Amino acid sequence: MEGITALIRLPGLQVDWQTLLTVNLPILVAVIIAVPAALVGYTLGAEFLVKRLPKRSQPSVRPWVWVGPAILIVGLILVYPMVGTIIRSFFDRGGSKFVGLDNFVRMLTDNGVLIALRNNVYWLVLYTGLVLVFGLLLAVLSDRVRYEKPVKSLIFMPMAISFVAMAIIWQFVYYYKDPSEPQTGTLNAILVNIFHGQPITWIQDTRFNNFALILIGVWGATGFAMVILSAALKGIPGELLEAARVDGATELTIFRRIILPLMMPTIVVVGTTMVIFALKAFDVVYVMTAGNYNTDILARRMYSELYNAGNNANASALAVILLLAVVPVLIFNLRQFRAVEARR
Amino acid sequence: MSVATAAPPAAPPTTVRPATRWSQRISARVGTAGLNVAVIALTLAWIVPTLGLLINSFRQGGAFNTSGWWTALAPPFAFTLDSYRAVLGASDLAPSFFNSFMITIPATIIPAAVAAFAAYAFAWMKFWGRDWIFLALVGLLAVPLQLTFIPLLTLAVHFGLNSGNTLPGGLNAGFLAIWIAHTGYGLPFAIYLLANFFRVLPADLFESAEIDGAGPVTVFFRLVLPLSVPALASLIIFQFLWVWNDLLVALIYVGGTPEVAPLTVTLTNLVGSLGQHREYLTAAAFVSMVVPLIVFFTLQRYFVRGILAGSVKG
Repeated sequence: MEGITALIRLPGLQVDWQTLLTVNLPILVAVIIAVPAALVGYTLGAEFLVKRLPKRSQPSVRPWVWVGPAILIVGLILVYPMVGTIIRSFFDRGGSKFVGLDNFVRMLTDNGVLIALRNNVYWLVLYTGLVLVFGLLLAVLSDRVRYEKPVKSLIFMPMAISFVAMAIIWQFVYYYKDPSEPQTGTLNAILVNIFHGQPITWIQDTRFNNFALILIGVWGATGFAMVILSAALKGIPGELLEAARVDGATELTIFRRIILPLMMPTIVVVGTTMVIFALKAFDVVYVMTAGNYNTDILARRMYSELYNAGNNANASALAVILLLAVVPVLIFNLRQFRAVEARR
Repeated sequence: MSVATAAPPAAPPTTVRPATRWSQRISARVGTAGLNVAVIALTLAWIVPTLGLLINSFRQGGAFNTSGWWTALAPPFAFTLDSYRAVLGASDLAPSFFNSFMITIPATIIPAAVAAFAAYAFAWMKFWGRDWIFLALVGLLAVPLQLTFIPLLTLAVHFGLNSGNTLPGGLNAGFLAIWIAHTGYGLPFAIYLLANFFRVLPADLFESAEIDGAGPVTVFFRLVLPLSVPALASLIIFQFLWVWNDLLVALIYVGGTPEVAPLTVTLTNLVGSLGQHREYLTAAAFVSMVVPLIVFFTLQRYFVRGILAGSVKG
């Protein structure tokens, strides 16, 4: 309990509480109020101006007012660095000599990158698939039990864990001890004590380690999928389900014929997000294996090219490969939201 | 009364009816039992890893190196608060808590607000290049953030937004830089999520609002936002958690300056300064989880069914 008192004994800390409370706190409050207010003010002001325009040109000007701030910020924070990256991917390491596709050829014939690509395919299929299945299952099932809130909170808990903490948690699960000693890792203890098997080096054994890492990712992201899918499920009017039940439809039929089609746009959103997260997965591999034991993935390799090897050209080429891999998913999305629009 | 009147005509099929009712009731019972078992089993599977950490965080230092966390559940119980004492006592945790709020709250509100406006336009207005811009936005989700650090940091320093500088009004410039950065990083997902929720709102609502003479501003504030509370709540939760748990971005933009460092940075440094004491890390993990969980529990009540009930005909 000394810890708590130390926490309360504020003056003892070598921190400028004067600044925190008299400068930062008012600014924080001001930002909380001012930012939404500024946006509302901006919209009202712009709408006032748009209304002054000729009736015919109003509908073509108005949307830009609404998407303007977002496009400006995204342009600065994401597009600007990305354009630089794309350009650099065609230049040599020093950034002065144009080398065409050399960086791409070098990266795509590198053994480590090929293993990373294979692992990204594992992630793409298993991580996306399992997160969607578990997320949907938990959203639909927990909707029907009285203790929905505690269940959802517990499933969601991994989202509240930073990736440093996540690494410790899973070390306790995957820990390996020599068979002569008692196992301290949860999984090996179950394997040895209940199934009388031999302990497995989950993190090093190349037969299992990629799946062990993907499982961590699934554990972390399922709560995310569940919350979004659950929000969509709650949006389905209750009367619709009631009417189907009165008509004698079984729960399975209701799920397949009513719930699933109505949730499809949201499932596509979650699926797309998961595919992209699988492509740029980084944290789990970075903290658990640093890409060793054949577990490397593209984003981690890119990170080490950039910050360990200092090779901007290689890193840029990898980033461009990552972006290109997203294109098929985007095309699928385009079809999907055109279909939604056609239906209304 | 109703029972008495209903009973006589129902006399002939009574022999059949109870049987079907029984079987229905049994299958319903089995269904309910199966449902409960499935939900509880999944939940247990999900919490076991965290439970292991929680229990280890209350054990004597180093005990988890020789025996599994489950052994601590049997007598003799030897739990201790040592790790929590070390983590809470040995550092400037309180100011970093404040810094985490200082970073996270604006970095949640700004992208959520900006995204809501943009998402409305993407979902319900027609304009040149709309679908392609939207797709490009979704594609930007795939930009590896690590790649943006160097160009953006150069830009921030160029504009004087490095964490050492003080802006007019006394605000440390590092905060402004990190708010803008997190807004940019969060916007693609935020717009994608919200636009997809806005898009499936019933079209008749918008038509009748337009007939009533409501402009886009009124429709947005009176219809779209109130109807999308669950989606907004989930977006706010995610963005809050991402920013709160973020270490990488914080290290890049404000990492070098202790007085603006958030909890994740301070805890990481703390663990380094306390040596390789894994037991401290276990407690630190739980300390950093407190706020995200409070946020989740608070916002969870907005995930309610039937906001749309009654607004749609038939």
